Amino acid sequence: MLEHYMQQGSSFASQIDGLVWMIFLMTTFWFLLVEGILFWLLWRFRARPGHKAVYLDDHAEHAFEVKWIEIPHRVILLCDVAVIIGAITVWSEVKLSAPAPDEVVRVVAQQWAWTFTHAGRDGKLDTADDIVTIDELHVQVGKTYSYELGAKDVLHSFSIPVFRLKQDAIPGRVITGWFKPTIVGEFDVQCAEICGIGHGIMPARLYVETPEAHAAWIANPTHYLAYKF
Amino acid sequence: MAETHGHEAHGHDAHGHHEEGWFVKYFWSTDHKMIAKQYLLTGMLLGAVGAYFAYVFRMQLAFPNKPVPGYGLVTGADYNALVTNHGAIMIFWVAMPVLIAAFGNFLIPLMVGCDDMVFPRLNRLSYQIFLVSALVLAASFFVQGGAFGGAWTSYPPLSAKAEYSLTDLGPTLWLAAVALEFVAFLLGGINFVTTAMNSRAPGMKAFDIPMAVWMIVIASILFMCSVGPLVAGAVMLMFDQQVGTGFFDPDRGGDPVLWQHLFWFFGHPEVYVVLLPALGFVAEIITTFSRKRLFAYRTVLYTTIGTGVLSFFVWAHHQFIAGIDPRMANVFSVTTVLISIPIAEMTFVYIATLFGGSISFRVPMLWALAFIAEFLMGGVTGIFLGASGADIYFHDTYFVVAHFHYTFFPIAIIGTFAGLTYWFPKMFGRHMNETVNKVHFWITITCFNGIFLPLFVLGAAGDHRRIFDYGNFPELSQPWMQDLRVFATVSLLIMLAVQPLFLANFFYSMFKGRKAEANPWKANTLEWQCPSPPPHGNFSPLPEVYRGPYEYSAEGRADDFWPQNSPT
Repeated sequence: MLEHYMQQGSSFASQIDGLVWMIFLMTTFWFLLVEGILFWLLWRFRARPGHKAVYLDDHAEHAFEVKWIEIPHRVILLCDVAVIIGAITVWSEVKLSAPAPDEVVRVVAQQWAWTFTHAGRDGKLDTADDIVTIDELHVQVGKTYSYELGAKDVLHSFSIPVFRLKQDAIPGRVITGWFKPTIVGEFDVQCAEICGIGHGIMPARLYVETPEAHAAWIANPTHYLAYKF
Repeated sequence: MAETHGHEAHGHDAHGHHEEGWFVKYFWSTDHKMIAKQYLLTGMLLGAVGAYFAYVFRMQLAFPNKPVPGYGLVTGADYNALVTNHGAIMIFWVAMPVLIAAFGNFLIPLMVGCDDMVFPRLNRLSYQIFLVSALVLAASFFVQGGAFGGAWTSYPPLSAKAEYSLTDLGPTLWLAAVALEFVAFLLGGINFVTTAMNSRAPGMKAFDIPMAVWMIVIASILFMCSVGPLVAGAVMLMFDQQVGTGFFDPDRGGDPVLWQHLFWFFGHPEVYVVLLPALGFVAEIITTFSRKRLFAYRTVLYTTIGTGVLSFFVWAHHQFIAGIDPRMANVFSVTTVLISIPIAEMTFVYIATLFGGSISFRVPMLWALAFIAEFLMGGVTGIFLGASGADIYFHDTYFVVAHFHYTFFPIAIIGTFAGLTYWFPKMFGRHMNETVNKVHFWITITCFNGIFLPLFVLGAAGDHRRIFDYGNFPELSQPWMQDLRVFATVSLLIMLAVQPLFLANFFYSMFKGRKAEANPWKANTLEWQCPSPPPHGNFSPLPEVYRGPYEYSAEGRADDFWPQNSPT
């Protein structure tokens, strides 16, 4: 369902979308069922002249309670268990597992720009050939990246919707995570945590490139400082 | 001691020996009904302010960077201040004062059958502190740098340092206002709980208490248990802002995430603090208008208490991706998803109440039914956000905005309209025009869905929150998305345009409406067994209670209702 609005661009995007789809089916079922019963009761028991409200006798009321309250109750518990299992499975894959990265990229957020440090030709950070860009992240399709996320001033949130990736950045900490791009293209990077008056003008661009294009970019990188506003 | 207090405060007046001056009557009153009206009108006034803010920022979203009629050009700073204060006002200065304070004050003494609150002067003080808190909030708009714009959650370091938020006094005044408001509600809550416990009419046992009273009492207890950490946090944050301490400053050994824990430990129970009174009103209304006993009264009570307790263990679902230890998300995902069980049970019980009933669709009933139908949407969409894996995508998108408006709008707006239209005859002794109210109901409900259904779609498409201009994000500025934003804004405009209809009806009927009898809806609870409007002192003589609140359509009786205080 989400893929209809937003392409799946990372290895775990389809898992998150699958979980959303499962929850959507379950909640839609319950929503329609309960609304249906509600409106049916409203129609069936509307006030009519000569009709008085009636109660079931004690025995029938107990049977009614079992049928309409306790059974649905257990089914909901089952649905909950399914949702929880799905949620924990997906969460563990995205946030708890840490596959060995092919490359590390450093992301630093500040009011109101993103600084990306790419490993460069040697594939290692903190060497002379690191490529530092502002508001522009270049990655190669199919490679597993780990990111080191930091913030200089206030909270920010590193969000790449097409990857289904979101992680808050906290000043004073380095938070790590990973992603593996699966499609080539140019996508939005957003700040998803309010960070002051420039929160709405803190976009960056993500370039997922083929190996050849990525090598070409490394050979001739765009070290540029964009002046926004 | 409590008793003497109560009698001293208004004893002379209860016997009608002398008329009070208008200042004492309207501004210095200790009468619970007058304090209720003070809270109600202040809440409605601030509701208009909150609605105006919504109008301005929705116009900016639909028609970016064009001057908004009645406001002007909306800058990024303006936008942040507007959304921040829209949220804060609607929760702290509209939902709480109206649902808990206004209705709690009005209903509790009347429904439990006593003459006033146990601590009437504390009650007066509660409103006065509340009024001061509203004035402090208003003042925050007129300081250098403007009002606070760090979201209603006020996360540091943005809220802690003027160099980040670009307003020095704005955040401090905002926090002071919120803290004062909490003090007001602590005082009010003490009164509600004590009155419901100690001043019940003779014969009213625990399970004879109307659900509205139970719900307000449980909500007050939840509030008192949860607010402490946040008040402590607010003081620490104020010190960080103005004195230069570093509780939340990582450079000086503090931790910004600590604030999030303190805030949400309060923030999540707070949802139930405002939800419960609305659920209570709905229980009163659906029983009255379906002429049925509340199905499984005790189940409702126990699930309410269960939900309340569980609500203290779910707060970190607001922080799944905030940088907490990711393993914690698993635990909080379990507790959060499990809350669906008591809430679903409550929904089933309410719906089962209708079975076999004789349902008349008067205006309060329409609102109460709309509450059930719409709140259900808020409930099921919460599952998407409580499931940690799915929340990675939905966190801080418009899906969240739509979800909590599908809970808060039914609570604060639909619940209030339900309560107001139901108890208006009792409050003011007159009827509102029902046709006008029906027109108002249908347009408001339709437009409400028109505003927030598109926001689910926008959230699914990746629209994140608190962005004043989506033009900067290519993926978010596609024409179809802008069309949805315009649709939502137009729905809001129509909804706002019909509200004067209700207000005109409200104020006109207050003075000129058809006179109401004591018990126009033929209801059982005690507030309907005293004159409309109730005089100072409420009952003479004080009632005695013989049965539960919902004995409708009892077998072998000519009437289909059976007042709680009727001996036979």
